[in-house]
Amino acid sequence: MKPTTSEAAKAPASGTSLIYNPTFRSVIFQIIAVGALAFFIYTIVNNALTNLDSRGIATGFGFLDQEAGFGIGLSLIEYDETFSYGRTFWVGLINTALVSFLGIILATVLGFTIGIARLSSNWLVSRLAAVYIEIFRNIPLLLQIFFWYFAVLQALPSPRQSMSLGEAIFVNVRGLYFPAPVFEQGAMVVLAFLALGIAATIVINIWAKNRQKLTGQQTPMLRIAFGLVIVLPLIVYFIMGSPISAQYPVLKGFNFRGGISIIPELAALLLALSIYTASFIAEIVRSGINAVSHGQTEAAMSLGLPRSKTLKLVVIPQALRIIIPPLTSQYLNLTKNSSLAMAIGYPDLVSVFAGTTLNQTGQAIEIIAMTMGVYLTLSLLTSALMNLYNRKVALVER
Amino acid sequence: MKNKLSLLASVIVASTAFTTTSALAAENTLDKVLEKGVLSCGVSTGLPGFSNPNSKGEWEGIDVEYCQALAAAVLGDKTKVKYVPLTAKERFTALQSGEIDVLSRNTTWTLHRDTALGLNFVGVNYYDGQGFMIKKDLGISSAKELDGASVCVQSGTTTELNLADYFRNNSMSYKPVVFDTAAQTSSGFDAGRCDVLTTDQSGLYALRLNLSDPSAAVVLPEIISKEPLGPVVRQGDDKWFNVAKWTLNTMINAEEYGVDSKNVDEMVKSSDPNIKRILGVDGPKGKSLGLSDDWGYQVIKQVGNYGESFERTVGEGSPLEISRGVNALWNQGGFMYAPPIR
Repeated sequence: MKPTTSEAAKAPASGTSLIYNPTFRSVIFQIIAVGALAFFIYTIVNNALTNLDSRGIATGFGFLDQEAGFGIGLSLIEYDETFSYGRTFWVGLINTALVSFLGIILATVLGFTIGIARLSSNWLVSRLAAVYIEIFRNIPLLLQIFFWYFAVLQALPSPRQSMSLGEAIFVNVRGLYFPAPVFEQGAMVVLAFLALGIAATIVINIWAKNRQKLTGQQTPMLRIAFGLVIVLPLIVYFIMGSPISAQYPVLKGFNFRGGISIIPELAALLLALSIYTASFIAEIVRSGINAVSHGQTEAAMSLGLPRSKTLKLVVIPQALRIIIPPLTSQYLNLTKNSSLAMAIGYPDLVSVFAGTTLNQTGQAIEIIAMTMGVYLTLSLLTSALMNLYNRKVALVER
Repeated sequence: MKNKLSLLASVIVASTAFTTTSALAAENTLDKVLEKGVLSCGVSTGLPGFSNPNSKGEWEGIDVEYCQALAAAVLGDKTKVKYVPLTAKERFTALQSGEIDVLSRNTTWTLHRDTALGLNFVGVNYYDGQGFMIKKDLGISSAKELDGASVCVQSGTTTELNLADYFRNNSMSYKPVVFDTAAQTSSGFDAGRCDVLTTDQSGLYALRLNLSDPSAAVVLPEIISKEPLGPVVRQGDDKWFNVAKWTLNTMINAEEYGVDSKNVDEMVKSSDPNIKRILGVDGPKGKSLGLSDDWGYQVIKQVGNYGESFERTVGEGSPLEISRGVNALWNQGGFMYAPPIR
């Protein structure tokens, strides 16, 4: 047998133009397409730059070094009016990250609880969960933010009539105030023992699990953890002569000073974001659990596992594989939705940097590009982390 | 293949042509307005006295009346205005990008805005200054006692910067609570989120009207900044800049020479050369501006002079009841002074 036919098809017949070669043609067209796209983008950028220049509008990133000259209500890093516009970017970014991070944690806890409650065999619990989901999933988020902000704000008293809990925790229209810890000499020793206790608990926990795997014997982990994490640092605390004291918030002039305060904008935004996102997460959890074949539950039951262990050891690990990918997009949504903060004056990135800074400098293109870059980066980071976790729980095929 | 290449080439040519024409078109706002037959005017999202929709949904206020005067001058009809409500943050981008032809939205004239933002301030139609409003029950009589206060302020305004300067200069601390629109700022103050509301003093009187209990709030006497408010156009379009500038000047000159919307038809027959020039009977008329000769007459007939506009919108005849003060004419103790029309 001679493989003549296939050889003939592969080699281009001599004398024919390259144009008739399908591979060559497809490469050429792709090069043209990329070139056209590059030209298109170049035209847009060039057009913008030319027009900005011809109208005398300042461009470039030099503004980042100029003094900002405006105040920001909440900053986790050091900031005052004398810092630069570049610093306002970081203040806004950290405030956005703060509300997103706390929101994701709260929404996950709440969402899982509601999702499992939705599947409860208790009629009242599952109905209540259904009502929760249907209400919060179907009202626009912005309205919910306004609701929590203005409804809650109107109900709270003024600073002089604050509600207080044991003269240590105060709630008023300006926020929630609680005592701040003050570390005196020797406090580091207590903290070191606390860290030591936590580390020891983790190590013992790993050892106990291995022991159970090998010998079947169980270790009273709860008691050990309590002793190491709580009792040990407490003893050290008293030995060192109580080096950690509390600084109580005190009403001075207009507001409380001292202590730690949570501004109502943060509270309202956090509430709205996590309650809203939790209703979606609940449905994702429910669908994930429902997707695990009922035979798995029956098998676990027949092995004599109690209901709680069936859920924890059999159903949820399998459901997680289905839950993680849509859960990731809910996390991304929550992060992006946090930009609605602007409406109630929470100083997030959009409000501070793409808001005040943009208006004071007028450099819309640079600032909006940076802001978009931040959300893109935050989202890509979140999904990278979630993909890592997803790979860990994914079905290992053998 | 040839076909596809020529298609690609034509797309490239077309896109280049498109970019160049769009750059050119932006330079001539007057022709654009005349061609469209409507003036696109940027106003606030609602500030009583300056630009605010009334119960019938019609825009009114001193800034709105300037837009109407400009439309009357250019198009001969004060109703041919499209109002674009903008927040403080959106306003300059909207003007720079050509979405609006003129910005008439209680905007403070500053060096930075006049230069780095590529804008031109037409003039001043209201001399203002920043003030503070507090709840009466705090028992405070001076801004110097505001140490530690929470302050509601609107985002993207000169107010935000003056506030920081003022507290820093007087070594006082404050907590800013920044909102997006005037209405949100005012409702934050109303709900008790902050002790103090700060904005231009005229704005304070306007916002006070909308509080749940206006009599419980009081405006402090201190004025901490200069806020000359005026209409704005894009830089690099001198023809349109002239039209916008002289529309405002005509309104002020008309008040000075006693021409108003009621007597304008008799004034046309006046023998006073100043009045004749204002109304386009004599003098430079409209040719050099690219307008019809009766543009000044149309402005006064349809909208009125500066004094009429002021009284109707923010003055004694309005709910705001602001006295003319520094906004009176130069010969009556104020700052309002327009170059002569001749």
